[in-house]
Amino acid sequence: MATDKFPVEGSHIMMFARSIADGNQVYYDADYAKGTDAGGVIAPPTFAQSSAQFDPDYFLRPKIGEDWFGSGKEATSIKKKESSGGGGGGGGGLHAEQHFEYHRHIGPGDVLTAVVKPGKTWEKEGKRSGKLVFSETITEYRDQNGELAITARGVGVRTERPVDQ
Amino acid sequence: MALSASNLKAGDTYTECLVDDLSRTQIVMYAGASGDYNPVHTDEKFTKEVAGYPSVFAHGMLTMGMTGRMLTNYVGDGRLTKYGVRFTSQVWPGDTLNSTATVVDVTDGVVNLNVETTNQDGVMVLSGYAAARVD
Repeated sequence: MATDKFPVEGSHIMMFARSIADGNQVYYDADYAKGTDAGGVIAPPTFAQSSAQFDPDYFLRPKIGEDWFGSGKEATSIKKKESSGGGGGGGGGLHAEQHFEYHRHIGPGDVLTAVVKPGKTWEKEGKRSGKLVFSETITEYRDQNGELAITARGVGVRTERPVDQ
Repeated sequence: MALSASNLKAGDTYTECLVDDLSRTQIVMYAGASGDYNPVHTDEKFTKEVAGYPSVFAHGMLTMGMTGRMLTNYVGDGRLTKYGVRFTSQVWPGDTLNSTATVVDVTDGVVNLNVETTNQDGVMVLSGYAAARVD
């Protein structure tokens, strides 16, 4: 998820922690967090993924005034769009892998930029879903001082057909 | 509380139940917080009729996020240096997930862990690794 400005905010961290059912006070209580190892409120390890909120072009978010491929009156309003690597997709795309390297832990007040670089692509024949096309993206999250905070590597996979259950 | 290197040895394990009977609402919460509104996670009609799956399913990143909670509960806050996973099977509403970290080795103040999350049928849904600073 490329973004020029990903402001890390306390309320977003709190909501993200709730969404992964993590009640750790270090994610929302500044007084408590001061006395911990972290020294202040920090974000959970996978929080950087929510930079999608700050990617103006993120294709898995409905945009004002544009058709959305989810259901309304009909099961879908438009033909699904092509997936980019690292994310899911409208039925044909899934998230295959995700890797994070933490150079430091981010917290409220950090303002990150995310630069996305394409990685490798490869193919494989899958038993449960036909031909699989994997594509990798590397995302570098830098802080307000230009220092590398997190390096993320995502692998998305497009399947020929839905995965057999 | 951070782990102490002197108390760790290869093969040590730590296990947590991540979720019991995963609700669709939890998946909706994750969509809202993360910004990933792919309808295959929240829109049953689209998912069945267009995507071709039997029901909505969880974001892989929800499973990775909850598995991360197990890790930080084990190694302490702000201690992870690496965390990576492969999503090996889909996670569905109603699933109950358990996650285990296993110590691979401890060297130079860093513990390397294998990470596995399985569902109620014993099917592995996530496999990966993590590294964390220890005292």
